[in-house]
Parts: sequence; structure tokens; C-alpha cells
Amino acid sequence: MSAELDDLYQSIILDHNRRPRNFRVMDDASAHAEGKNPLCGDQLTIWLKLEDDQISDVSFQGSGCAISKASASLMTAAIKGKSRGEAEQLFTKFHGVVTGVHPEDAESLGSLKALGGVSRFPLRVKCASLAWHAMHAALTQDDAVDAPVSTE
Amino acid sequence: MSAGGTGFRDLRSDFPLLAASPELVYLDSAATSQKPRAVLNAIREYYATANANPHRGAYKLSGAATDAYHGARREIARFLGAADPDTLIFTRGTTESMNLLATAWGLTHVHRGDRVVVTRLEHHANFVTWQQLARAVGAEFRICELTPDGQVDLDQLRLLVTANTRVVAFGHVSNALGTINDVREIVRIAHAIGAVAFCDGAQGAPHLRVGFEQLGVDAYAFSGHKMLGPMGIGGVIVRRRILDAMHPYQFGGDMIEFVFDGDSTWNVLPHKFEAGTPNVEGAVGLAAAVRYLDALGMDAVRAHEVTLTRYAMEQLATIEGLHLFGPASAEARSGVVSFTLGDIHPHDLSTMLDVDGICVRAGHHCAQPLMRALHVTSTVRASFYVYNTAEDVDALVASLRKAQVRFHAHVG
Repeated sequence: MSAELDDLYQSIILDHNRRPRNFRVMDDASAHAEGKNPLCGDQLTIWLKLEDDQISDVSFQGSGCAISKASASLMTAAIKGKSRGEAEQLFTKFHGVVTGVHPEDAESLGSLKALGGVSRFPLRVKCASLAWHAMHAALTQDDAVDAPVSTE
Repeated sequence: MSAGGTGFRDLRSDFPLLAASPELVYLDSAATSQKPRAVLNAIREYYATANANPHRGAYKLSGAATDAYHGARREIARFLGAADPDTLIFTRGTTESMNLLATAWGLTHVHRGDRVVVTRLEHHANFVTWQQLARAVGAEFRICELTPDGQVDLDQLRLLVTANTRVVAFGHVSNALGTINDVREIVRIAHAIGAVAFCDGAQGAPHLRVGFEQLGVDAYAFSGHKMLGPMGIGGVIVRRRILDAMHPYQFGGDMIEFVFDGDSTWNVLPHKFEAGTPNVEGAVGLAAAVRYLDALGMDAVRAHEVTLTRYAMEQLATIEGLHLFGPASAEARSGVVSFTLGDIHPHDLSTMLDVDGICVRAGHHCAQPLMRALHVTSTVRASFYVYNTAEDVDALVASLRKAQVRFHAHVG
């Protein structure tokens, strides 16, 4: 078995793909955004509940590859309870790791570091970052504006 | 089964990219084919010995370029079974060819209240073009659905092609499923009410003996890069009476006869539809490609692909959870197998196959309307051509089994 594939499809990734956490529609969300990858046909929606500056709840739903689904699932667990600023900072750090620009930051990502293997598969970076772009859009968009983000 | 069992010697050594990477298993020829040395040499030879701007110079070198360009046209027309080479219009490929037809023919021949018919199998190049033409002129856009095994439902087509139908646009072969359409029957249905039949041959010309005159279609579009030729060259063969009734597609050099201050007149065929400096290297490269295919023989190419496809279908059927789309028999398809494997996303599969050096396409294959009808967002597609062998199929199947183990080892 290939070591780089072992790294990409770690058991935590396969587990979150099979049993995604926070995988539900949120009826009382204060913000939401859709992420789309037209090339794959993947799409997911992120819902956020904001109390003052804090993300008190987050959920997602949609379809996609193991990488995009696991990334979304791990993201929801990681940003719950965080402030807007902390969530955005985490996205920046996460992006630096999956693109291979700042591999040294992987250790500080907690369970998200499982996605570090993506950096060896440049074509899959867009899968890993789809949910994050949607989260960013939900945080920054006026909720009335409903334009989906795209990683293509 | 050995590679020899398909009747071809191993052709990899003719293809520099494949020869340089013995481990590579290239199964994406429906996207683009690899190029034989003969094609690369022909392009180099043209620039080294005959390069000038055709049609323009009164000097001998320009004459050589003109001869190279039109010589290529004659060879490609002959290969595709067209009697009149001047009705073969060079374009960038099938996409531009369909846009040419929809624009230069469609805008003046399809009117409000008319009907345009396509099929559920179409590539976006032959779907969106007609959909948007219909929207632009206020015509009705209708889609002929498929039978359960992925063939055009000809009974439904007979009902859809009504007296107000102006054009039936359909693929010779489906790029996503490999389905070979009954071109002559579709043409009969279209012609019975006086509609034209335009055929997208992007996946037909590389794999089947086309025989333009026998097929009876009014236009046949093709792409050079899918049939061993270079990218950026292709064309469309169109009945002369249709070309004569068409406005030019683009304006500029070469396509004019006289330019007056207030209006202009048009050059004869094929120049009327080829504005600007032509892609001579592309035409010369494609002519070398059809010579290569001719030397193999298109009947032998077809037999090789049927053998490989049948073998692939048998082997894939042994993988539990693999769902194969499209016609049940290898004879009813070109060298394409499109499938999903359990709940593994096609993009994950593609990445895992890639690590084993296997190139397949994962995605919607530029056929989103078809994917919707199949209730999937994407599939994995492996497609075969002259240089593929039974060993390539074996490598694909072995890698799929590994992927399955990887994805399901952690269940629990």
C-alpha cells in the first residue's frame, strides 16, 4: 500500500467521511452559505449560529468526496465555540498546511492535521478547502446575499 | 488474454510519451489520445521545410504551405468518407464546429415556434449550443431520453421529431457511456419530416469507420486530438447545399472575395468558413494521424477495442459493488467503461488509481444532463484506444480492488 495514500486517507478521514459529524440542516441558523465544486459536482451547505461574536453552533450537509466531506466534518468540530476571528485564523492556518506552504503549522491544528496529507495531492486542495470557503462566505456575507462560493 | 490476442502488436513504442513511461496506464483517450511519433515528425517537417502563410504569397514557399494544407484536407476527407473535400471546414475541434453550425446555420434557419431536438447523451458542446440557440430565437428545445441500458430511445425520437422540427443534433458515440448510436435510423427520422441531422462525431471518428456519405448525415463534426492528431485542429463536413445557404461564421482574411466600402462578397468553399491564417501544422499533423490509423485499418482498430472492452466488462463484473453504466454488450459501445464503485466517490477512486500510475477520468464528463438522468453526480470512466492492452485492464482492476480494501478496512 502506498505511503502517500496512507497519509491522505487516514482512518480519521475515512471515519468522518462515513460518519460525518454535525451533518444536519440548522433551522435557526444566523448565517449559511453554499460551497460548490462544479468540476466534481460536489456541493455542501454550511450553517452557523452566531451569538455576539461567537460561533455557538455549526452544521453542514451535502455530497462530495471523502476529502471534502471529512474536511467539513472536522471543521465543524474545530470551530464550534470559537470567535469569528479565531475561525478565520484557523482557516488561514489550515490553508497554509493543505497547500504545503506552512507544513510546520500542522501540529497546532489538532485533529485537522489529518488533512495535511492533501498537500502532496495539489489537485485535491480544492476538495479540502471547499467547506472552509463556504464557512468564510457565511461569516462575511450578508445573509440576504445567497451567491454560492466555488472552488473552481 | 495477451495483448497479442487483440490482433495488434504492442504499439506503445510508436508513442513517445508512453514509451518514455513504461509504467503509465493511460485510460483517458476519450478525453484526448496520445500522439504517435509520425504526427510529431509531420509537424516538425512542415515547419522545417514548407512553412509560409498559405494562399497569400505568389512565391513557391507559400505554394508549398498551401499544398500541405489542402493536401491534408483531402486526406482527412478521404479518411472520413467524404466525396467533396471542399465541404470539409477546418475548425479548432468539435466544440467550434457545433458552434459554427448553431450560429451560421441555426440563426437563419431556426425560428420562433420551431423545434430543436437533441438526446440525453450529448456532450455539453452539442447540448448547450442548441439549448442556447433555441433560447435566442424562441424555438422549442426537446431532449430525447434513453432506454434503461443507455441507448437513444428511437420510439420516443419518432414522436419528438414533429413537422416543426428543424434540426436533430446527436452524437455518433456517447463520450460518457460509449453508446454507439444508430446514426442511419436517426437520420431517417430527421429526414422524414425535412429536418437536418447534425452529428457530433468527436467520439466516433477516432474509433469507427465513418463513411460520411453512407451515414447520410447533413454534417459531421470531429476533433483531431481525440484521433491521434494534435490539439487545436478538427473540423466539420457539411452538405454543400447547406454550406451554400449559410452565412459566414467569422469575418477576416482569406474568407472574402471582394471588400467594398459598403459590403463584401465571400470566397468559395472551404475558404468562406475559414477566416484568418489557418492552422496548417494542425492539419498536417492530423493528416499524419489518419495515415497512421489507415495503416492499422479502422476495422482492426474497432476489433481491438471490442476485444478490450469485452474483457474489461467481464473483469469489472467480478468486482463486488461495481456498477457499470451503459449498454450491456461490448459491441454496442466504443472503448468506454463508465462506472461507480460502492460508495467510494469517483474523485477518491481517481486519486487512488493515479498513485498506481493509472489515468482515468472522474467527473461528469461534460454531460451533466446525462448524469442527472443516471442519478449520479459523477462516474469513473476508463477509455481505450489502439495502444491499450489487456494488461492495462488488469492493472485497472487490481488497483480498484486495492482501493476497495483501503476504503473499507476501517469500517466498524
